[in-house]
Amino acid sequence: MALDAVLAVLVVGVAVWTVAARDTFAAVVGFVAFGLLVALIWVRLAAPDVALTEAALGSGLTGGLLLGASTRLGRTEAEATGELPGGLLQFAAATVSVLVSAGLIALVLLLPEPAPTLAPKVAANIAATGLQNPVTAVLMAYRAIDTLLEVMVLLLALVGMWSLAPDHLWGGAPGRREPADPDGVLTFVAQVLLPVGILVAIHIFWVGSVAPGGEFQGATIFAAMWILATMAGLANTPPVMRRSLRLLLIAGPAVFFAIGLAGFAIAGAFLAYPADYAKLLILIIEIPLTLSIATTLALLVAGPPEQEPQR
Amino acid sequence: MSIAILYGLCSAVLVGLGLFALITHPQPLRKILAFNLIGSGVFLLFGVVAHNGAAAGFGGDPVPQALVITGLVVAFASTALAVALLLRLFQETGRATLQSDD
Amino acid sequence: MIEPLLMPGSATAGGFLLVLAVVLPVLGVLLSLALGGRHAERIALILMPAGLAVAGATTAAVWRTRAVLQYFVGGWYPPLGVAFRADGLSAVMMLVTGLLICGIGLFARVQFASPEQGEGRAPFAFWTLLLAIWGGLNAVFLGGDLFNLYVALELLTFAAVPLVSLDGRAETIKAALRYLLFALLGSILYLLGAVLFYGAYGALAIVILSGRVRAEPVAWAAIALMTAGLLAKAALYPFHLWLPPAHAGAPAPASAILSGLVVKAPFFLVVRLWFDVMPGQPQQAAAQILGTLGAAAILFGSVVALRQARLKLLIAYSTVAQIGYLFLMFPLAVKPVTGHPWSTFAWTGGVVQAISHAVAKAAMFLAAGLIAEALGHDRIARLAGIGRALPVTVLAFGLGGLSLMGLPPSGGFVAKAMLLSAAVSEGQWWWAVVVLTGGLLAAGYVFLVLARSLADPVEPLRLSATISPGRQAVVLALALCAVLLGFVPLRPLELLQIGRPV
Repeated sequence: MALDAVLAVLVVGVAVWTVAARDTFAAVVGFVAFGLLVALIWVRLAAPDVALTEAALGSGLTGGLLLGASTRLGRTEAEATGELPGGLLQFAAATVSVLVSAGLIALVLLLPEPAPTLAPKVAANIAATGLQNPVTAVLMAYRAIDTLLEVMVLLLALVGMWSLAPDHLWGGAPGRREPADPDGVLTFVAQVLLPVGILVAIHIFWVGSVAPGGEFQGATIFAAMWILATMAGLANTPPVMRRSLRLLLIAGPAVFFAIGLAGFAIAGAFLAYPADYAKLLILIIEIPLTLSIATTLALLVAGPPEQEPQR
Repeated sequence: MSIAILYGLCSAVLVGLGLFALITHPQPLRKILAFNLIGSGVFLLFGVVAHNGAAAGFGGDPVPQALVITGLVVAFASTALAVALLLRLFQETGRATLQSDD
Repeated sequence: MIEPLLMPGSATAGGFLLVLAVVLPVLGVLLSLALGGRHAERIALILMPAGLAVAGATTAAVWRTRAVLQYFVGGWYPPLGVAFRADGLSAVMMLVTGLLICGIGLFARVQFASPEQGEGRAPFAFWTLLLAIWGGLNAVFLGGDLFNLYVALELLTFAAVPLVSLDGRAETIKAALRYLLFALLGSILYLLGAVLFYGAYGALAIVILSGRVRAEPVAWAAIALMTAGLLAKAALYPFHLWLPPAHAGAPAPASAILSGLVVKAPFFLVVRLWFDVMPGQPQQAAAQILGTLGAAAILFGSVVALRQARLKLLIAYSTVAQIGYLFLMFPLAVKPVTGHPWSTFAWTGGVVQAISHAVAKAAMFLAAGLIAEALGHDRIARLAGIGRALPVTVLAFGLGGLSLMGLPPSGGFVAKAMLLSAAVSEGQWWWAVVVLTGGLLAAGYVFLVLARSLADPVEPLRLSATISPGRQAVVLALALCAVLLGFVPLRPLELLQIGRPV
């Protein structure tokens, strides 16, 4: 409990820092630390699956994305402080925020005891999914439609991001090409980390059916490794029109849809699995899904096409 | 005070703090950061609800926990698209501001 | 109470149609992405009639059985699983969406024609995003679970925002970013409300919640947060700031989709929340606030529209105003007046307004797009002569305008007449004054455009592009639909009442 009190104070303190810091880069660094602390809270709240996701995606990839952006924006961010709103607006914003916080605190204290929960129902039906990790059972079986649509959300964010490219760069590779530096520190780090990272990613994905982990956490680490390789100049991001890249992007959701639609015939409903094969079918979905999600996440960090297409 | 209530208070403060930053920061990147703070607060509330619902041998209700994973992925996609728009705006105009020119 | 059981095949007959309505467009997105190039356009054009047929079949099934169609995805019952549900309101919204997507798709074939070789950025993005919007809208109309609806709303946001900046001008990128920030704030507030519902009642399914929700602070807070988030997405005054630059800056077919359809999705969810999740709660005071914001939107949007120099901005501000009418439904139809015969009248008026504005506004944005293409600009002061050059297009603009003004015959007339009668009969006459004033102001800005268009040009008009009769015909067809809505007898409106809690 003392640990929790310290953690809560730290999280709020770092959050205040990210809001109050004058320098955007410093604020973003604060946000990365904030994410890692929040991941610890998730551990304390007995949600290890979420803790992994928060650390890898919420803090890691999001942090990387924002750090990259703040570096590129550089000086303009400092200039924009000249546009600070007037005292009246600040006061109004503070009032609204305090009211919202106070209201939420009251609601937290009013939450019913004992709390309503679906845990017993999840437990009672988990045998039919062949899984042991209840969170994976929710994501891949009970609420599989959410997961399927969510992967589509990721893909659409990517299509939307690509559509921002200037016309003459369409078909080019996303992001900037980093020069390879065989003797550089980053190259060394990448060469050491890549094999380890990929093994960790495979492990986290693989244990997802029985232990904390799964396709989203594994995919995030895969994506991080890809980004590391491109940052070190070991690999370039493939051009957005390459057929193999497009197929890699859609493989996961396509297999998900195919097995989901087959559910009409073999299990009586869309996205239903016959109990005997549920575990196998979910695994068949998860492998390409992990690869597709990893590719999408890495490309979302890379940004719109910025390199001249090769004609 | 239970840890659920403690982190519930934490979540409420984060939402308010993020909201304040979203309204008052002029820089779009800081607004995107603020949006992520609000998101963390809201997700933590899911965690609190999940923790309250611990039953059937699970340390927490798995349903809200799973929803947070979906939510985190969506929040990342939002951040990525917003950052891409912001960087394109910067490339085109040399400025990164939402204020209108006219 | 519904218990969760693994019971495959327990959907209502025809329930698979609901799955198809969401899956077909989404599969189209995947195929477009995989095949790329010209295929994106072809896939969209092939799926358009198929999707319309699914919407038609769903409507027919709801009408025939006089009951709600349901589908339990994965065979899992709520609260563990997610259900799709189609009541009369969902069916009608799906049908209108299908019709508009087909019309706008046909119109867009010239503007977003795929190159012979390779892949064009804008065509690829447009056709893929068009399908995504369709899938997202259907998922919103059919969703029976608050979190699934959150994902559907995000699907819609991510498909809609890039459409705004499709032509890549800096001001449209800025408009898209502003739109995205508003939409994200809206989503997160919605999600905050959803978790409060789950924490208090242990379910996210609308049917289950409607049985469990009690009149208590947590329910009020949840619904208030979700409503606020949805208002930001629907651009109701004072959250309208993002809309005009976004809708006016987008290419015309995209503007038609955004103004006609996309902003209706959050409105639809507010209706779901207020009438399905919280039936029987004392909400009259809150409904008065929604009505007041609606009235402010009507007056503010119309007055600002009158002062615009550019045609597309005028139409966008008119959308701000017309969204206001949608929210007049709430003070007239929410408890304690529910059950009162006029309450049904007001509710139906609000829904008919959503439909007729969708059709009319799509026609008007497309017409404005043709005018801008022909003239090379859309300055209202320099429209003289366009009425003679593009008579069919200007006629279509005028017919759409009838609906905005609320003049017969048009869907807008039916909607506004229903709201007006409900207001007068319930003794809330002040809303009637707003409806009438808004109609007069709309007449002002529509006639302003028509008068300029029909005037004789000082010097002979030189068109910078020729407009094919086919595209003009599509616009006229949509405008005629808006007029025809005024001839729909009241009986088919019973369709809207199917599955509506009383």
